[in-house]
Amino acid sequence: MDVRSQISILFHLDKCIGCHTCSIACKNLWTDRKGAEYMWWNNVETKPGTGFPHRWENQEDYKGGWVKEGNSIDLKGAGKFRGLKNIFHNPNLPIIDDYYEPWTYKYEDLFTAPEGNDQPVAQPISQITGKPIEIKSGPNWDDDLGGSPLYARKDPNLEKLNAQEQEDLFKVEKLVMMYLPRICNHCLNPSCVASCPSGAIYKRGEDGIVLINQEKCRGWRMCVTGCPYKKVFYNWSTGKSEKCLLCYPRIEAGEIPACMHSCVGRIRYLGVLLYDADKMKDVVHLDEDQLVEAQRDMILDPRDPKVIYEARKNGIHDSVIESAQKSPVYRFVKEWKMGLPLHPEYRTLPMLFYVPPLLPILGKMNLDVYDTSCADYFSTIEKARLPVKYLASLFTAGNEGMVREVLKKMMAVRIYRRSETVGDIQGADMALKEAGLTRAVAEDIYTLTALATLEDRFVIPPSHREEALAMEGMELVKPGDLGFGFRDRPERM
Amino acid sequence: MFDLALFVIFPYVALVLEIAVSFYRYFNGSYKFSSLSSEFLEGRELFWGSQPWHYGILFVLVGHVVGFLFPKEVLLFNEVPVRRLILEVTALTFGLMALVGLLVLIRRRFTNDRVWAVTAKMDLFVLFLLLIQTFSGIYIAVQYRWGSSWYASALVPYLRSLFVLKPNLEYIAPMPWVVKLHIANAYCLIAVLPFTRLVHFLVLPVSYVWRSWQVVIWNWDRKKIRKV
Repeated sequence: MDVRSQISILFHLDKCIGCHTCSIACKNLWTDRKGAEYMWWNNVETKPGTGFPHRWENQEDYKGGWVKEGNSIDLKGAGKFRGLKNIFHNPNLPIIDDYYEPWTYKYEDLFTAPEGNDQPVAQPISQITGKPIEIKSGPNWDDDLGGSPLYARKDPNLEKLNAQEQEDLFKVEKLVMMYLPRICNHCLNPSCVASCPSGAIYKRGEDGIVLINQEKCRGWRMCVTGCPYKKVFYNWSTGKSEKCLLCYPRIEAGEIPACMHSCVGRIRYLGVLLYDADKMKDVVHLDEDQLVEAQRDMILDPRDPKVIYEARKNGIHDSVIESAQKSPVYRFVKEWKMGLPLHPEYRTLPMLFYVPPLLPILGKMNLDVYDTSCADYFSTIEKARLPVKYLASLFTAGNEGMVREVLKKMMAVRIYRRSETVGDIQGADMALKEAGLTRAVAEDIYTLTALATLEDRFVIPPSHREEALAMEGMELVKPGDLGFGFRDRPERM
Repeated sequence: MFDLALFVIFPYVALVLEIAVSFYRYFNGSYKFSSLSSEFLEGRELFWGSQPWHYGILFVLVGHVVGFLFPKEVLLFNEVPVRRLILEVTALTFGLMALVGLLVLIRRRFTNDRVWAVTAKMDLFVLFLLLIQTFSGIYIAVQYRWGSSWYASALVPYLRSLFVLKPNLEYIAPMPWVVKLHIANAYCLIAVLPFTRLVHFLVLPVSYVWRSWQVVIWNWDRKKIRKV
């Protein structure tokens, strides 16, 4: 047993209102720079939709992630041979138009325009060339466009649905959408790290955060291809790749990452998970529908004395083990089995989990009246607007049973709470039994979902940077060291 | 006198610059050690420029190095006319490939607004030097045939004399001016290399081949595990 600790995240999609506050917090803090204008380390997508960059889930085009090869795995579009062969020109690299060309407006014109018959306008100009551009695409260009032929229709996940099921999604009275906020998954088996020829990307041993060393990055751009989630971005101005760093400077100071702290819907949870790294080699090449279960099996019980013993033996600090015991992510993912990884079929073992959204009540046309009432109050999962098959394509690599299991639990908790607070429906115990929950567990799920405080939602482990500083050769230790930032401008001569 | 400055003093200056500045810059912030790829801004034209350029110039460069290291073997190989012809034609093909690629790259840099936005003055200077180098190389190959042979017999001794610190100008003096230009320009390229994006060729990621897939950096010494 090789116990390691990983800071993990859970997004509760049932609570996401799609307000993009997270994206803005992140943008203001990290990517408001030249060359990074187009980057959204955190973005919120509307599903069904094409996402950012355009149709990123279509790995036939983007060639990200790992593919199964017998009893092992190999990178799909990068790798040792393929990466070095393509070093002069990477055929699998998305270009800026797959995202969008960043622009601003020539506000100056509003003040300097000569007097005339028309109102002066601020022309859009490209932030790359500085010349006027015609805006073709931008951040969240498909926002709230569920049902649109241009975006929703082109969602790669729809290919898993048959023609009838696809048609149903686009009937006016059945239109549906959900929000999918995304950041870097800080995977256990990151394909960006594996595809970096310079060895500049690394996973931090103590908390599993994946970072890019900007000094070592030589801009070969294989990581952009390697990451199936397209969460590594190329800075065209500095010639380096950048990615979400899980606000590690904030985490080290005991603060909450900006996107999570600012989350209006309080959908975000963060905590430590302990996992067994020895199991990894047996997990990554399993069949697609077994991946979620196997990844869950890798996560260890932080209260198990044997796990604690092995964790200590591996150098994991007691305070981190204590955090793991309080981790809200552990409860959702392991205890309640409600957290699912996004696209596990990419085999990177992502450590950002999602609670899928419980589906809206399905109305029906009854004598020209749109009727939303139904006999069993909350309708049933089978009648869901957003097909379980679609959610399964997102979160379980096609394993519908697993999605249904989660939705059933969420439904049971709702029925239980309704019967507790309003008391107008029966069958709470039935529903709980069907979902495999007890009243006590349902109460816990309800509390952590709906009532949790900031301290409940974010259990940040102490970083123990003093240990890192004690190691030789670390920066900022010796008197006279310069600190962070560039010592000279990143521009070339 | 002019020859002495250009073919004895300049090569040493260039080499010292190359080595000293490369080391200095690498160890004082290797941040700029990359080619500043612009593929992200424009990909299609780059393919038709970058691929032929790199493969072409790599073959030709390796050819020069092989000739320098094994002049006798090259001469021996060239004794059979057919072999010599094949070698020359292959080298010229790769040279032309490099030239075509370079011209595409230059065109791309001047015509694409986005690429122009990330172009520095030094990039243009490098392109200019490379154009002179490639063009003069091809001109020499066509004009003064069997270069692989006379390079090995007449120029390699000069280059070797530089390396053993006993510079010998005898071989250089009678050379046509294009050959002299080709040699002097090569020294120019060596001299400016550490100041330009050409440094990317000093940091080729060869260690990737034997590196393990995943890189994990620990906060603590994994071998010195804390007492339980």
